[in-house]
Amino acid sequence: MAPDTSTQIHNIGYRSYDGPRLGRAYARKSLFSQSLRGAYGLGRSAKSKVLPMLLFAVMCVPALIIVAVAIAVPGSTDLPIKYTTYALTTQVIIGLFLASQAPQSVSRDLRFKTVPLYFSRPIERVDYVVAKYAAMASALFILTATPLVIMWIGSLLAKFDFAHQTKGFGQGLVSVLLLSLLFAGLGLVMAALTPRRGFGVAAIIAVLLIPFGAVTAVQGIAYSTGNTGAIEWMGLFSPITLIDGVQTAFLGATSAFPGGEGPSAGVGVVYLLVALGLIVGSYAALMARYRKAGL
Amino acid sequence: MTVIATESLSKRYPRVTALDRLSLDIGPGVTGLVGANGAGKSTLIKILLGLSPATEGSAAVLGLDVRTHGSAIRERVGYMPEHDCLPPDVSATEFVVHMARMSGLPPTAARERTADTLRHVGLYEERYRPIGGYSTGMKQRVKLAQALVHDPQLVLLDEPTNGLDPVGRDEMLGLIRRIHTDFGISVLVTSHLLGELERTCDHVVVVDGGKLLRSSSTSDFTQITTTLAVEVTDSDTHPDGTAALRKALTEAGISLHVGEEQGLPGAGHILLVEATGEETYDTVRDTVADLGIGLVRMEQRRHHIAEVFRDNDQPSPTVQQKGAGSDGA
Repeated sequence: MAPDTSTQIHNIGYRSYDGPRLGRAYARKSLFSQSLRGAYGLGRSAKSKVLPMLLFAVMCVPALIIVAVAIAVPGSTDLPIKYTTYALTTQVIIGLFLASQAPQSVSRDLRFKTVPLYFSRPIERVDYVVAKYAAMASALFILTATPLVIMWIGSLLAKFDFAHQTKGFGQGLVSVLLLSLLFAGLGLVMAALTPRRGFGVAAIIAVLLIPFGAVTAVQGIAYSTGNTGAIEWMGLFSPITLIDGVQTAFLGATSAFPGGEGPSAGVGVVYLLVALGLIVGSYAALMARYRKAGL
Repeated sequence: MTVIATESLSKRYPRVTALDRLSLDIGPGVTGLVGANGAGKSTLIKILLGLSPATEGSAAVLGLDVRTHGSAIRERVGYMPEHDCLPPDVSATEFVVHMARMSGLPPTAARERTADTLRHVGLYEERYRPIGGYSTGMKQRVKLAQALVHDPQLVLLDEPTNGLDPVGRDEMLGLIRRIHTDFGISVLVTSHLLGELERTCDHVVVVDGGKLLRSSSTSDFTQITTTLAVEVTDSDTHPDGTAALRKALTEAGISLHVGEEQGLPGAGHILLVEATGEETYDTVRDTVADLGIGLVRMEQRRHHIAEVFRDNDQPSPTVQQKGAGSDGA
């Protein structure tokens, strides 16, 4: 192979590159779009498209059914469920999506030691973390907001009250935006802690489900023993109940807590602060994680 | 023009001094950076890329200060790490295109440059297959391609011949040579083998314990390292083949080193012959054939970095070799 190769290469000759070099901001944007597309398997193998696309479809089907029912049933004036309730009832699908895609987004680069190749280029740690975080949050937002869009369009087709529907839709969007940021942060931190993809998947599922199970159980006990004052505080300790609390307090949602004992506006402020604190904390944890992952 | 300049550059970790007042001035061309493991080679590369601040001293790459212009330096410099850094589930093309975009190349340019660069490093049809199925040699080529794809002015290659078989090693060294001669890109290449660098580099810098041990053009090293190791068998007419060959070679006017090494079991000792040019090989071959003994091996000695240390530290076989060489010449 050697003699052939060298003559061939010599004949072609080396062409130098005089075109534009678009620098950090462009590289960050490219990494964002590559990661976002990657979360849905685009630009990856056919096999890796199956799960995210399937979850996306499963996420949208109930919304389509709700819309169909709303249009078909004569005399109905509102959708059977609220915009803000949708993400809570489909939280398992959201969790599976995050658990399957967050590790592929960050664990891969750590496991195959690709991270130094990024940091030997114009982009820096903050660009990498911001691009990955934004991509994961956007992927979750697309997953959670699309059903809401379907429901909203359906409600307009069914000629429900426009102002009421649009207000509910807007509240739903704010809620899933917060949920996307919170879940993406937690998922990426869990995934970045281990270069092993399997551990990452398990850790994310554990972080989402175990606290939820525990919180729901304790709330159930508190409710059945008549200790309703404790219920609104318990919700602080799991990601999905945190979102539930915030949207119950501020976004006109109906709480899924036992007996609908969602937090009042005062306690809701605590919920909001904890949620924002976790988002900022996740970002800081990721920054700290990649300080050591350089060359 | 200076490509890399450092001025009493030091890097101290709490318990280790990785670089100790290192001053270098490296011009265009292929420069070898030789040092044992832990000599400070990788630390130097990190500082040159602007990723790790120096404890004291200063460094400039392509005339840009590493402290203040890290991002601008990294845009014009390519880096090939020592370790594996390739995801197995994407093809070489996809991976290198992505890395080109991370270097700031627009999408179309990234694709064109990727196709060009992969061809230059010798990857053809296989570049569309996932990297997981590549041989070590092919992976090294992909690693080199991602360092070259944005047409840098300088590439830093960390142990590019690691893990390659002798043929792959020679191909890689040829490729490195061409990066400068054909592509016009300056190269800093590290290795712990002085022998392979002296054939490829214009200039060799030797570091040890973070200190500069020696910096000189390769011709200075060549006279030490063109030592031939010759091992022969004994025969009925020459019960001690090695001694007979030593006598015959001395008569033929070839200088031999004083020392001998133990050869393979069953064969004799190894003679160390000073090679002054191509004709020395012929003379050795003819002499052995005339004596009617078997030639077990005749090989160029690859000098390990340790011998350079001995050279500086204490009188040793290497010094004797050098003395013998100059006496003979």
